[in-house]
Amino acid sequence: MKEFKGRVVTPGACTCEAVVTHGGFNTLASLQKALQFGDKTAKVSDQNNPDLYGKPIAGKALCLPQTIGSTTGGLVLYCACEMKRNPGCMLFANRIDSLACAGAVLASVWSDASMPVVDELGEEFLNYVKDGMKITIKENGIVEVE
Amino acid sequence: MKLTKKQQDILDGKQGETLAKVMKTLVMYGEAFDAKEMTEVTSDYNHLVTSFGLGVMDPVYKLMDTLLQEGVVSGQKFTVDPRPLDPNVPTTFLQNIVFKHFMYNKQAFYEEQLKKLGLLEKDAFTCTCYMSEVGNTPKKGDILSWSESSAVVYANSVLGARCNRNSGIIDIMGSIVGCVPYFGLLTDEGRKADWIVRIETTKKPEAQLLGSAIGMKVMEDVPYVIGLDKWLGNELDEKACTYLKDFGAATASNGAVGLFHIDNLTPEAKEQGRSLIRKNAKEYVIDDAELQRVYDSYPVIWKDKEAKPKLCFMGCPHMSLQQLKDWTDVIEENLQKYGNAQVLIPTVFTAAPAVIKEFKKTEYYPRLEKTGIILSYICPLMFMNNPLCGKMPVITSSNKLRTYTSSRYYTDDEIVMQLCKGGN
Repeated sequence: MKEFKGRVVTPGACTCEAVVTHGGFNTLASLQKALQFGDKTAKVSDQNNPDLYGKPIAGKALCLPQTIGSTTGGLVLYCACEMKRNPGCMLFANRIDSLACAGAVLASVWSDASMPVVDELGEEFLNYVKDGMKITIKENGIVEVE
Repeated sequence: MKLTKKQQDILDGKQGETLAKVMKTLVMYGEAFDAKEMTEVTSDYNHLVTSFGLGVMDPVYKLMDTLLQEGVVSGQKFTVDPRPLDPNVPTTFLQNIVFKHFMYNKQAFYEEQLKKLGLLEKDAFTCTCYMSEVGNTPKKGDILSWSESSAVVYANSVLGARCNRNSGIIDIMGSIVGCVPYFGLLTDEGRKADWIVRIETTKKPEAQLLGSAIGMKVMEDVPYVIGLDKWLGNELDEKACTYLKDFGAATASNGAVGLFHIDNLTPEAKEQGRSLIRKNAKEYVIDDAELQRVYDSYPVIWKDKEAKPKLCFMGCPHMSLQQLKDWTDVIEENLQKYGNAQVLIPTVFTAAPAVIKEFKKTEYYPRLEKTGIILSYICPLMFMNNPLCGKMPVITSSNKLRTYTSSRYYTDDEIVMQLCKGGN
């Protein structure tokens, strides 16, 4: 088990299984099919992301460097939260980007969904964490990986 | 974040709970980026990314309804991304059923919402709102609350306006309260380059391929591109602007670029030169081999990789007036060269309604029609999101369309050959 310390973007605690991408997470390309066609597991539809393509991310701890792509990203994430198809939490190695941040904030202010977001966990976090590992988010941005 | 009294009053709910939530959203958004204050939105108009009445986006429409019911509407008129449907674009019976009954079944409802929220005019639907024919062209230094990644990167880089890569919904919230958090690409420091990109190709690089390579490499950082002026010149003329429109869209969709500088060409690079480059900036050299490597890395996800294309989309982002004219010349010339009267693959060129209107006044329009090419204001991306369309072998020279859909990327020259001569 290893602990990492990050910065809390939107608060909350949870324990879930990790899914990891080392490339940018393209929110629209990844989630559009899941939202449009009733996939409650939210399998990633981004053909350009070999780490995640075809993997379900609903309820998982999505570990990523940052999100990329269309500026619908934030509202797609917000919709995913409202439709309960969102990751259980999002853990960023880097500082959060503006689109993911918008999604997290919109979900926090305008919906009842809980999706804790922690950023600035560092490169070491992303190198250490692997698919299927157990992630626990504690208070103050502490993330346990085992 | 330090707010003015007026902003604080809004946050404290003195103008109602809904407006307070709008301000809270912007404050939280800004605080995540250490913004110390808000700054006034100064552009004439806003631009929004959400143009589609997709049934499953119900949470968005509910939020918009909440804003409307509370009278919390945009202080600025706005343009919005392209419509997802156009009867001019060929579809099958089944594709149409999916479009109208399962996908964009809220289009009319949502367009009515947009009208009430402040849509500039009934046909203000395009991703290239900054075209002179459309009229939403910000001035250098204007502060924007725009979204649409291709429009934001163009406004920042080519026009010298200042805008963060805002998400949909955040875009309209900045217009509602008239301010946005001051961070990132709004600041001088945030506009400095983290990367030096050196272009060492032996011919003018394909805009969409070069943008893709840079986007995938620098992600959300700011690149300072050296050596492209050799191919584009030192003036932001029509040709250079068109090139940078397509280049920028690819940097923004294949990565997350919100601003680029082109040495000796874009406004800030011309004014400040290489002083825009941060100390210890990383370096990326692009030569012919690197562009080929990037091209070869694109996955082809057609079921039958050798399938004959059933449709070709050109114009993501929407084409400029000059681009429509240039393509008409190129297609005509090549059809004649290869002895064909019309294009061999059903082909759609897309442009803003206002650009189409102007194009139809020119002598090029009947010439384009004669080639069999269809002119449309549609968003190809929204079209391709229909799973029945997604299963079709569709080709494009748009790297944005390639990224978000199953369409296959070819260079402009390769597209011309497929349309006019046939074969891959």
